[in-house]
Amino acid sequence: MKLNASTWIFAALLAGITIIVPTLNLALPETSALHVPTYALSLFGKYLSFALLALSVDLIWGYCGILSLGHGAFFALGGYAMGMHLMRQIGERGVYGNAELPDFMVFLNWQELPWYWYGFDSFGFALAMAMLVPGALALIFGWFAFRSRVSGVYLSIITQAMTFALMLAFFRNDMGFGGNNGLTDFKEILGFDLHSQGTRVALFIASGIALLAGFVLCRMIVASKLGKILVGIRDAESRTRFLGYRVEHYKLFVFTLSAVMAGIAGALYVPQVGIINPGEFAPANSIEIVVWVALGGRGTLIGAIMGAVLVNLAKSYLTAAFPEIWLFALGGLFVGVTLFLPKGIAGAAGSVGLARLIGARGRP
Amino acid sequence: MSEILYLDGISVSFAGFKALNDLSLVVESGEMRAIIGPNGAGKTTMMDIITGRTRPDKGIALFQGDIDLTRMDEAEIANLGIGRKFQKPTVFESHSVEDNLQLAQKAPRGPFASLFAKLSGAQRTAIDETLETIALADARRRLAGELSHGQKQWLEIGMLLMQQPELLLVDEPVAGMTDAETEQTADLLRQIALTRSVVVVEHDMEFVRALGTKVTVLHEGSVLSEGPLETVQNDPRVIEVYLGR
Repeated sequence: MKLNASTWIFAALLAGITIIVPTLNLALPETSALHVPTYALSLFGKYLSFALLALSVDLIWGYCGILSLGHGAFFALGGYAMGMHLMRQIGERGVYGNAELPDFMVFLNWQELPWYWYGFDSFGFALAMAMLVPGALALIFGWFAFRSRVSGVYLSIITQAMTFALMLAFFRNDMGFGGNNGLTDFKEILGFDLHSQGTRVALFIASGIALLAGFVLCRMIVASKLGKILVGIRDAESRTRFLGYRVEHYKLFVFTLSAVMAGIAGALYVPQVGIINPGEFAPANSIEIVVWVALGGRGTLIGAIMGAVLVNLAKSYLTAAFPEIWLFALGGLFVGVTLFLPKGIAGAAGSVGLARLIGARGRP
Repeated sequence: MSEILYLDGISVSFAGFKALNDLSLVVESGEMRAIIGPNGAGKTTMMDIITGRTRPDKGIALFQGDIDLTRMDEAEIANLGIGRKFQKPTVFESHSVEDNLQLAQKAPRGPFASLFAKLSGAQRTAIDETLETIALADARRRLAGELSHGQKQWLEIGMLLMQQPELLLVDEPVAGMTDAETEQTADLLRQIALTRSVVVVEHDMEFVRALGTKVTVLHEGSVLSEGPLETVQNDPRVIEVYLGR
């Protein structure tokens, strides 16, 4: 698994951002033109977690042809796992001052903590669950879907149904995940105040490192023989099968790995935005992820990262400046890219001579 | 000689249409066999049965005497040593020619084995040799999607060779080829048949003649006639099926 030059250049760029942005925040006085305010740093940290999520979708869609329209579910489950830990960290500082139960359970007159909340007092346990729960769901879901050879549009539809069903379930108060309001009002993480500048910088750096690691891991996978087989499945599934490969095992492997990555992204997202609620399971969210990847350039990894950051930058700006036109802008952008840049931003950059640099066309 | 492929009384129907009707066929080890027949005679369905894509309603399909093919799926059957070339050339278009061969090469087929797989010297040599055999050595780094139709057909045959199969099933290998390409393909298949069993499905009579092998004629899902090409061509039932109506 030899990695090419473009991988190293882009990895260095990600590492640079992870170091420079926090430095500009911490080391420069607020009066300096180059100073990055803490709120902007947190916003960018959120984009980095979205970029990791986009990467996970590109790995399965761009390289194996699995169009998941339910990846927001894995992201949200990772987010809930982290949110549950942050809820437990509140302790008796909640509105009701109950050290044993989160506020919403007191409000619902619950007497004791449900069994599935056990263990979330521990950060390590919560982090493990943020990966294991999405991974296990993907493994079970994928096992049934891929074994029955559900693919194409049908698979997209059932992934969409999956996230919709989870959204409805999490909206219910009886589920024990805070219902409509979700989990919020977090105070600390690992004993550090979530609202302090230092903690926000640390979360940004953690997001940057996770994205960097995810990017290098994906690159190694797509450059390996396994990666070539994934592309083979994407382009000629039955050829792959008649060569003796168990296509369903390959799909299951990459789908589960992708769900774990999405779960980690969710776990990084929640402490930075301070809330997780069932809205994260909304089908539209999952579709938006696919739009990021398509805009950036499917099957390039770098494109997925760029797409996630650029679309969310535009979203943050437009929803603040012209709230009523954001959805039209997103739709217009999608139509425009589909018509004029069918390979996305990275693909277009590739066709004007940067192919080597950014490793477009899905070739390692 | 022992039989490599033994089909007995195979029937399969799709929504009432009998695609195969009590089909029986024996291919000996090391034999090359041509299968001809009009459209809808069941040639492709027969291949689907042998390679595990379709399950027969009844009948026996045995490989190498005692392996029951009707209980296995495509991947298992491929790993037993049965390679299949599709009618339409099917290669991995966004991979290079040599990557196509590497993916086809006989090696552990699991995801984890593939993740950590590295090409050994012997494997490289085998790829080089196959590139020579299929006359694509100069195109090794080109994308398979950029090849001509005939070259894609050869690449697919090369991929089958990399699998080191005992039995090769080849569906209409010369469809859409020029005369020169057809001739080269016949040479290639004859060369391959020296070391393994080959079943070729074909429409092109000139090509079948060039192969110079025993011929089986299928009609409406069962065997109509079998023997050397001359005998088969003079069989009145065959003449009726091809020329009558």
